[in-house]
Amino acid sequence: MINFVMPDLYPASAEIFILVMACVLLLVDLFAGSGRRWLVYLLTQLTLAGCFGITLATLDGQSVTTFSNMFVDDLFADFLKLVLYPTVAVMLVYSRQYLAARNLDKGEFFVLVLFATLGMMVMISASHFLTIYLGLEMLALSLYALVAIDRDSARATEAAMKYFVLGAMASGLLLYGISMVYGAVGSLEIAEVGQRIALGGGNKTVLVFGLVFVVAGLAFKLGVVPFHMWIPDVYHGAPTAVTLFIGSAPKLAAFAIAMRVLVTGLAELAEHWQVMLMILSALSIALGNLAAIAQTNLKRMLAYSAISHMGFMLLGLLAGIVGGDPRFALNAYSSAMFYVIAYVLMSLGSFGMILLLSRAGFEAENIEDFKGLNKRSPWFAAIMMILMFSMAGVPFFVGFFAKFAVLQAVVAAKQIWLAVFAVMFSLVGAFYYLRVVKVMYFDAPTDSASIEAPRDMRLLLSVNGLAVAVLGLLPEGVLEYSIYASYAFLVGQ
Amino acid sequence: MDFKTALFYILSAILVIAALRVVTARNPVHAVLFLVLAFFNASGLWLLLQAEFLAIALIVVYVGAVMVLFLFVVMMLDINLERLRQGFWGNLWLGGPIAVLMVIEMVAVLSARSFGLEAMPAPASMAAGVSNTKALGVAIYTDYVYPFELASVILLVALIAAIVLNLRQRRDNKQLHPSEQIAVRRKDRVRIVSMPSEKE
Repeated sequence: MINFVMPDLYPASAEIFILVMACVLLLVDLFAGSGRRWLVYLLTQLTLAGCFGITLATLDGQSVTTFSNMFVDDLFADFLKLVLYPTVAVMLVYSRQYLAARNLDKGEFFVLVLFATLGMMVMISASHFLTIYLGLEMLALSLYALVAIDRDSARATEAAMKYFVLGAMASGLLLYGISMVYGAVGSLEIAEVGQRIALGGGNKTVLVFGLVFVVAGLAFKLGVVPFHMWIPDVYHGAPTAVTLFIGSAPKLAAFAIAMRVLVTGLAELAEHWQVMLMILSALSIALGNLAAIAQTNLKRMLAYSAISHMGFMLLGLLAGIVGGDPRFALNAYSSAMFYVIAYVLMSLGSFGMILLLSRAGFEAENIEDFKGLNKRSPWFAAIMMILMFSMAGVPFFVGFFAKFAVLQAVVAAKQIWLAVFAVMFSLVGAFYYLRVVKVMYFDAPTDSASIEAPRDMRLLLSVNGLAVAVLGLLPEGVLEYSIYASYAFLVGQ
Repeated sequence: MDFKTALFYILSAILVIAALRVVTARNPVHAVLFLVLAFFNASGLWLLLQAEFLAIALIVVYVGAVMVLFLFVVMMLDINLERLRQGFWGNLWLGGPIAVLMVIEMVAVLSARSFGLEAMPAPASMAAGVSNTKALGVAIYTDYVYPFELASVILLVALIAAIVLNLRQRRDNKQLHPSEQIAVRRKDRVRIVSMPSEKE
């Protein structure tokens, strides 16, 4: 007989709300017609605001699982989700004019963005390997379609195709790894897997073998070397609005699943995955920073910079457990979390600048297009300068503190050489960020068109840039929340 | 060797050969048909494991629906295999050794030591009358209701994505819409312009 206990839906209310709203939006779009596209946009923003409200209202600091332990609602998940919604909302504000100018602001765009957001929420709250995979697929499938949404662009179609094929392969790797872990341990529940391994269950060889594939799958989603091939092509080929989306919010979700799988599930294998992450992060920091120097296209440059930043974030993940001693865990994981949030903020701003300078029929995606920006708009040149300085890790912007926190964790874990290596390549990286600043301030403008953007975008972009500067001076707030969330994560597991 | 073991080896051997032929066949239609063969053998293996529902689902869903569709797609596309194979020899020096290394490692790990009958004993035979369709159904609608719902949302996303990418008005489309033509009014087509009369 079926014993069905109605799952507790309360912890998942934000997910249910966004799913319902996405379906409602599909219908609204059908009846609104192309003349009232603002309605769909407005409803999307309201949905995200509603999710924010719901997550805030259901915030209670408790770690609650529901749906047969497949969904977890803890402070870690809540905090990441509270960063996720504004990220998506800001991305929609930035891309509105760009999409309208290219006739891409169809209702489906917003619906797919909402489904992608739902996928990320599922990933952030996943406490079961199956839900991690399903959330990942929901996100990826929406992103493939979004990349290809401009059907007349051959470059976008090519990028979508590459993303799709490589993404499918990465999902295969991840699933294969998960199947090995399941074969060895006999459970897919992440916390349960962790406990069984701690009690000596499972064949170590098989577990490590599975771990290799799981790490490869995660590395692909994070976009770190040697699984980074898709990043430059997809960032470059996708419409800039979509690039902005791919380059920001999914990093939060990828960070969340990396934490859940590696730290909660496979913590006993830390000595193995730490070595893997060390290689991945060292290669990413080196290759990302070196390859970015050669780029003339700003989107490609930011793509390589994303690779190096994700490598840097992994440094925080790998510094958590030192020889079985978890004393440094809180410090290291909260620094990695702070790094991801800081990176998302900077990434939003810099792709937002490309969107700001683009207009109908023109993409401001080359570094050349930023020539003499100071003469055209001193204010936005200053904002871009703040963003570039922060990405480069110049004190006292938020990027500096993020790097500082991670490096401090790495040094605490006695990996001095790794820290030195990371700093050296950050210095190399400073070159290409500062080149953008040089082009803006010391070159004569080639493009004299005035910058036209809706007022909300100008305002938000200014706030975004200033936030990067202010958080650099006062990072305590976000850092504290990261520490709370990581603490809840470590206690709850 | 009892009958079941012999059957297992026969099915597995055909499966492996068919899977190899999928990637090596020169004709893409043959490759698809080999994949169908591989699916049939895999479903035979599942039958040996007493997973009759999964076995039949594999045939009905994959062979019956997906692969037939796939066959149509492959036949409709003009695939130039020569061009696809162009980069093959150029990248072999890098890909070949890595592949060999991977295979050696996988053989070492997936050997009888980790996955043999001692490490993972075969499950006991199920009692007669146990329906694994029912067991699956119960699991899906109770414990696994959340992933089940998520899977349905993923299908919805796939549906929306497919429509978004394919339903569009082509600029060079000269198709006529009879309903629009019938519904046309005078003011849509005729414009009365008042002009001062011109004298010669």
